[in-house]
Amino acid sequence: MSATAHIPGTTSPARRARMWAAWVRPILRNRLGAAGIGLLTIIGFVALFGPLLMPGDPNAFVADPNLAPSSSHWLGTTGLGQDVFHQLVVGTRATIAVALVVGLLTTFIAAAVAMASGFFGGVVDEILSLITNVFLIIPGLPLMITLAVFLPSGTITIALVLTIAGWAFGARYLRSQALSIRERDFVAAQVVSGERAWRIMFIEILPNMLGVLTAYLINQVVYAIGAQAALEFLGLGAPNQVTWGTMLYWSVNNMSLLQGTWWTFVAPGLAIALVSAALTLLNYVVDEAANPRLRARRSLRAFLQRLPPGSYLGGRATVVARHG
Amino acid sequence: MPFLVRRLLFYAVAAWAAITVNFFLPRTMPGDPATSLFAKQAGLLQPAQLESLKKAYGLTGGSMWSQYLTYLANVGRGRFGVSLSQFPVSVTTVIEQGLVWTLILGLAGLFLGFAIGTSLGALCAWRRGGLLDSVLPTLFMFIGSFPYFFLALLAVYVLGVKTGWFPQSYAYEFGLTQGWNLPFVRSVLWHLVLPVTSIVLVSLGHWLMSMRNTMIAVLAEDYLTMAEAKGLAQWQILLRYAARNAILPSVTALGLGIGFIFSGQILTEIVFAYPGLGYLLFQSVTSLDYPLMQALFLMITLGVLLANFLIDFVYVLIDPRTRGAQAQRV
Repeated sequence: MSATAHIPGTTSPARRARMWAAWVRPILRNRLGAAGIGLLTIIGFVALFGPLLMPGDPNAFVADPNLAPSSSHWLGTTGLGQDVFHQLVVGTRATIAVALVVGLLTTFIAAAVAMASGFFGGVVDEILSLITNVFLIIPGLPLMITLAVFLPSGTITIALVLTIAGWAFGARYLRSQALSIRERDFVAAQVVSGERAWRIMFIEILPNMLGVLTAYLINQVVYAIGAQAALEFLGLGAPNQVTWGTMLYWSVNNMSLLQGTWWTFVAPGLAIALVSAALTLLNYVVDEAANPRLRARRSLRAFLQRLPPGSYLGGRATVVARHG
Repeated sequence: MPFLVRRLLFYAVAAWAAITVNFFLPRTMPGDPATSLFAKQAGLLQPAQLESLKKAYGLTGGSMWSQYLTYLANVGRGRFGVSLSQFPVSVTTVIEQGLVWTLILGLAGLFLGFAIGTSLGALCAWRRGGLLDSVLPTLFMFIGSFPYFFLALLAVYVLGVKTGWFPQSYAYEFGLTQGWNLPFVRSVLWHLVLPVTSIVLVSLGHWLMSMRNTMIAVLAEDYLTMAEAKGLAQWQILLRYAARNAILPSVTALGLGIGFIFSGQILTEIVFAYPGLGYLLFQSVTSLDYPLMQALFLMITLGVLLANFLIDFVYVLIDPRTRGAQAQRV
């Protein structure tokens, strides 16, 4: 956490150069990080331009059902004769969009709660902590399923439900971070000099949490991708919208397991795993860039052992292990 | 306030929150909930079912407040109404049957994952930087990247359908007499293999890393140097000195894992059509059996709360620090 982070006028060229040196260069220099960024660039490109590259309705029946992958249908066809590759490409955008929105929303809520808790303390902290702990202990997936059934089905419901069930762990984690920053001398100096509370929170404490927040945001995107797939797999999404989760849903609904059409569920499953793995790798290098003290221990293993247990297991743990 | 009382109050608040969510959810639907549920069922409901549905939701007329109190009283007495899909069996009976299978599957997966993961973690730490230690953590990071139900799907496809080595679904073979007879028990165990494996596979990384990291810290302690200096056999140092002390945080996590059982294997049960609470929840969602679904949500939540309270209780027994008035905050 650099002490220069709260100097006003933050866009000087010198500062930008420093940012480059501190953040971007280590990320690119690291081989695993570069692999993660490369993968994410490709996925981002597909998410942005996929529907332009492969125009037409991905739900259209273009060939015989259950065709194995071939040169005309790279990933085969579904049980209804739709092109799996077409669906995978077009579905990228909706999948990533929901994950990003949920990631940003949960990070925002968690950070707001954590900073209010950490700064005001006392009764505010007690009440916010109680609410956080209640959300942490109510099991996430059953809550999401129950909510999704009663709300009108669709993308907005999925994003809403994932946000409701997903912010609490971060609030608790970021609260402890905010508390530790609050104890630092430079914050104490501001308090003594009579600075207003909101200014201390947003100008002093928040910039110093940027590294932690970035890491948490990436974690949350991974969580959202996994949980979104889980809910849609259960048929709680909008079944006609093509996403990786609904592809899994239709795959199983069209008896892919018994028909032996493995490509219909392996393709979206692998796509989800690739994005999650790429984000985990990105998180590893961001972590390294944000914490200069860590640069000596340049190993993935060292990074993995520092992760909170929940995030280590990606999908499963972050979906279901939201209590305790 | 004593630690246990404080925790008990917290669990009461959490339970109240879950019950209240349950009460208001159907009422977020436009119009009278029972009628809109009725419309969704497209005339499949008998008048008797509609009546029981109204009762289960406390839709017996009166103000929202009196409905709420009626609902709370019903929940307090364990009255969750009648299942619509298995009419006229009561919801509690359906849930009891599912609970047994969830516990069997969950406890088997939990303890196997703990045993294997902890042993592997101890070995990784013991031969730090060795072959196991360089391969396993990265391997489990990639396994952890897959949605966990996807691994279950792969297992069903490859080991169940394609090779036919294991049964593809359900908890036992149909046509066997249930009870303590050899063919039935063997069938149950045989049906457990795939779902348990898929649960163990995704949880292994957590147990492994937790044990490995604690054990590395323990290995640096003076009493291990002492044990070495005394000339104790290596296996004795590993098991009786290092692993025995390093296992404590994992035992704590094992306790918490009992709470996960109720919520952590829902998708696994669904993929394997394993008749536990998770599969029941799925069935109630697809058949729009709202009373069953809401009761399941409550039961799973209360199960988690109960498991957590039992763990708190055990902590008080084994950790004197929690007994004082200055107990840690919730």
